[in-house]
Amino acid sequence: MMNTFQFDTALLLVALPEIFLLSSIVVILLVDLFLTKGFKQVTYYLTQFSLFITGLLAFNLIGHPETVIFSNSFVLDNMASVFKVFMMGATMVAMVYSRHYLTQHSLFRGEYFVLVLLSVLGMMVMVSGYSLLTLYLGLEILSLSLYTLIAIARERSGAIEAALKYFVLGAIASGLLLYGMSMIYGISGSLNISEISAFASDANLGSRETLIINFGLVFLVIGIAFKLGAVPFHMWVPDVYQGSPTSVTMFLSTVPKIAAVAMLVRILIDGLGAMHPYWSDLFMVLALLSIALGSVVALMQTNIKRMLAYSTISHVGFIMLGFVTGVVTGYGAATFYVLVYVFMSLAAFGIIILLNKKGFEADQISDYKGLSKHSPWFALMMLIVILSMAGVPPMLGFYSKFFILQQLVSAGFVTIAIIAVVFAVISAYYYLQIIKSMYFEDSEKEIVVSAPMDMKLILSINAILILVIGLFPDFWMKLALSLF
Amino acid sequence: MVSLSDYLILSAVIFCIGLVGIFINRTNIITLLMCVELILVAVNTNFIAFSHFLGNEAGQIFVFFILTVAAAEVAIGLAILTLLFRNKGSINVDVTNSLKG
Repeated sequence: MMNTFQFDTALLLVALPEIFLLSSIVVILLVDLFLTKGFKQVTYYLTQFSLFITGLLAFNLIGHPETVIFSNSFVLDNMASVFKVFMMGATMVAMVYSRHYLTQHSLFRGEYFVLVLLSVLGMMVMVSGYSLLTLYLGLEILSLSLYTLIAIARERSGAIEAALKYFVLGAIASGLLLYGMSMIYGISGSLNISEISAFASDANLGSRETLIINFGLVFLVIGIAFKLGAVPFHMWVPDVYQGSPTSVTMFLSTVPKIAAVAMLVRILIDGLGAMHPYWSDLFMVLALLSIALGSVVALMQTNIKRMLAYSTISHVGFIMLGFVTGVVTGYGAATFYVLVYVFMSLAAFGIIILLNKKGFEADQISDYKGLSKHSPWFALMMLIVILSMAGVPPMLGFYSKFFILQQLVSAGFVTIAIIAVVFAVISAYYYLQIIKSMYFEDSEKEIVVSAPMDMKLILSINAILILVIGLFPDFWMKLALSLF
Repeated sequence: MVSLSDYLILSAVIFCIGLVGIFINRTNIITLLMCVELILVAVNTNFIAFSHFLGNEAGQIFVFFILTVAAAEVAIGLAILTLLFRNKGSINVDVTNSLKG
């Protein structure tokens, strides 16, 4: 099919959030150069403002009829808009928490905010990517900004080591993904997702074509699993989580997961949905391994960031199980799960950052001893978050697991659902350990919460919403389902 | 006449050299960066070969983007390497072992 070159300014409105964000990145980068020492906070406020406006623009586009622009390489549909709104919201919350951390550890620099905005731009391109080229470019904008963001703590050798490991493994993952893309391009003759889909769902596909698609598919699945952090491609996750500055860990463990799921949906469901029987088997193995290893290895961790890394791995396993089902409701449950995960993870890292002081990281589980005596309110907030991660009703985390398991059982994967539940129960042990040290152990160290008011407020709202939305999850579940 | 499969075999070989190089290399991090480049070169060969034999330009355009991204990637990789040298005084793979558990 020939694509005629067309340029109509009205079409640009479809990409308005991205265009606005890109322009504000350029402005913020320039403004930051001219700010004197006392006015560095302006960068922070400008960042929040541009994220807010971008989110508003994306919100306005919800309900817009599905449109494909830029020679079939950029799509706007409901999933893209809703994901973008969630990404903006999560990034804004992450920036509120980050500011406290950055000022405490004298890392407050304009580049930090510019790099975060750039990676958000990359994620928006990924969410809206409708050809393999746009998806790849979005992924690289995201990854390159994240590598730099980790290395922003120049003097910490742990952070540099984490950046290097993330860089090398991320580059391998991109290479594998690209190799898969080249195979898919070679057999289908197009980079466009809808044309690939038309090719793959052709009923008289020869066995040779199916073989080559499957060959490429394996590489694509490995690349995506690397980016999501699923076992056995999880080696970078614990090291990067532990080594990075906590505010960066918080950011890279939350928002990019939404983008990775969006890329998964674009490539494997929109593009190669017809190949579902082939890739769902791979996914099943990856998901079960992730849940098992994530739950068991986390038991032995003493560093809370490392423990949360393994907990992320097992959450990723649950998300992947949603895609194994192969039904629209299952995909909806997985989407719901990833949004809930982002919400919980933000609150958990928020509390770690809250207890940070100058020269003190609060990253050992023993640092939480006696938190209930020194700060009963935030101990309660941590309790809500941890119970939600463990999947205790009526927290939000329970419903996200429940919907996934429900879809698995109704799709006939009863054994897999049982295995997942068993490991979820095992993982409850290490979550409860944190609660035990907060409530039943005492420490001689005084815990002082020195965070500014805005952070305390947002963190409390974040944690309470986990409980409140958990009581009324219907609306959000319906929203997640309506995206497919 | 060089056929499509010749190009594909060549690129598969380069790809494997790159991948194996990353996993068996235990000495220098610069070698890791070279292996990553090899993987990207293999992908580029694939794209150009497919693009030529399909008579479709999209693959060659993709290659331009991969080249650009690879340049940016190496710039960042070398910058991280400089920081590593400043912090640890060495760029051997075995200095990156403080994070574990």
